[in-house]
Amino acid sequence: MEPQDLRARILALLMTIAPDIDPATLDPVQDLREQFDFDSMDRLHFATAISEEFHIDIPEQDYPQLAALQKSCEYVQKKLTAA
Amino acid sequence: MEIEFRLPSLGADMERATLTTWLKKPGEAVHRGEAIAVVETEKGLIDIECFDEGIVSALIVEPGTKIAVGTVLARLTAAGTGVPPTSVPRAAAPATAAAAAAPAVRVPPPPAAPAAAGPAGEAAARLRISPAARRRAQELGLTDAALGRLAAGGMGGIVHIEDIERLAAGGAAAAPAADARDAMRVVIGNAMARAKREIPHYYLGHTIDFAAARSFLQRHNAGVPVAERLLEGILIAKAVALAAARIAGFNGYFRDGRFERAPEVNLGMAIAVRGGGLVAPALLAADRKDLRTLMHEFSELVSRVRSGHMRSGEFTAATITVTSLGEDGVEAIYPIINPPQVAIVGSGCVVERPGVCEGSVAVRPQLTLTLAADHRVTDGRAGARFVCTIAELLAAPEKLR
Repeated sequence: MEPQDLRARILALLMTIAPDIDPATLDPVQDLREQFDFDSMDRLHFATAISEEFHIDIPEQDYPQLAALQKSCEYVQKKLTAA
Repeated sequence: MEIEFRLPSLGADMERATLTTWLKKPGEAVHRGEAIAVVETEKGLIDIECFDEGIVSALIVEPGTKIAVGTVLARLTAAGTGVPPTSVPRAAAPATAAAAAAPAVRVPPPPAAPAAAGPAGEAAARLRISPAARRRAQELGLTDAALGRLAAGGMGGIVHIEDIERLAAGGAAAAPAADARDAMRVVIGNAMARAKREIPHYYLGHTIDFAAARSFLQRHNAGVPVAERLLEGILIAKAVALAAARIAGFNGYFRDGRFERAPEVNLGMAIAVRGGGLVAPALLAADRKDLRTLMHEFSELVSRVRSGHMRSGEFTAATITVTSLGEDGVEAIYPIINPPQVAIVGSGCVVERPGVCEGSVAVRPQLTLTLAADHRVTDGRAGARFVCTIAELLAAPEKLR
């Protein structure tokens, strides 16, 4: 998958689980927790959405790799390549 | 039978509201639990749901009107009397007017951009982006900046697909300039000032070993898909709910000079609203539900808070509240009771500390639980029993299922 397509899909997932954030202000490398007060439920929703969209398993210890948009894209790319 | 549909109680310190939008027209059927009107309060827009079945016979209050709690807003013809037989008749229960409806809250979004002024009545429909509307926006190729402006109205309505279409067609989206954050802060401030003024709080703190709970969660979560995983918070919630059902004096309301014990534990879950503010909708009958069900319901609650669609019963039903600041890294929280409730349990973050386990010192995960309770109802001794019961339940998490 092209990186920009992957990124668009992950951003769309992020907006689905957090419709109350403004994507125009999103900094792709900053932690979602710092930027948007993401809490553990937001993180779980994000991990669930990614796991279901891309049919990948995301063990709990990998959650920190979904902390920011850019990191999430890299993580998903790695998982898809490995699969 | 005619049913009077009245403005229900909207919680502490909210006695009036302004009707902004009717969601039903005369002649339309209303199903149980359906929202029929939207009102504006200091705490945001609230969907007023109806807990009767029927056909709307008359809308009495005009949008834009400020009304007091208890005002008749509309009349319905009850299901079973002059309505098609397809509608499901409700069991006899002649609901009181106040019980016939209950509010749902739409949480205001963080103001992301300066909002254009617009008529208040227009506010309800277009201030937040639902996932469906967002998908449509993406299909239409709307830029995120355009969506941000649409979402930034400031009072917490929902951006529906129709609004997206209108925006795409070049129509201006009217949005109110009111500062929802400040209004919510006022309501929180009023409720907490009342709590501090009226409730003689006492506080207890108790640090517990969280190893059993943590390994229970790790074991469970390792074996299930992401969607079925549990959070620490839900384990704590379940333990608090069970303890509140067992130990008298913490679950219920203090009203008219006396304590009324609630028959079931509707556990308020304090949820931070992004950008500031707080809501505490309830997990209904949390003492009687298993962890899986509670987790699912909590997940939905948070989603509704995030998307701005809170539901009726949840918003004012809490009989006791749990609040956690674990996410923010503090070890203990000394919370304020949300009146007319009589207790609130706080949990901090799990920290690794030297602790004694089976006679030797080891690094242990520890959690500090706190309780603020109403001295008009209980004493510290009962509070200690309550907190220790929560601790015992968390020490044997397999029994919390």
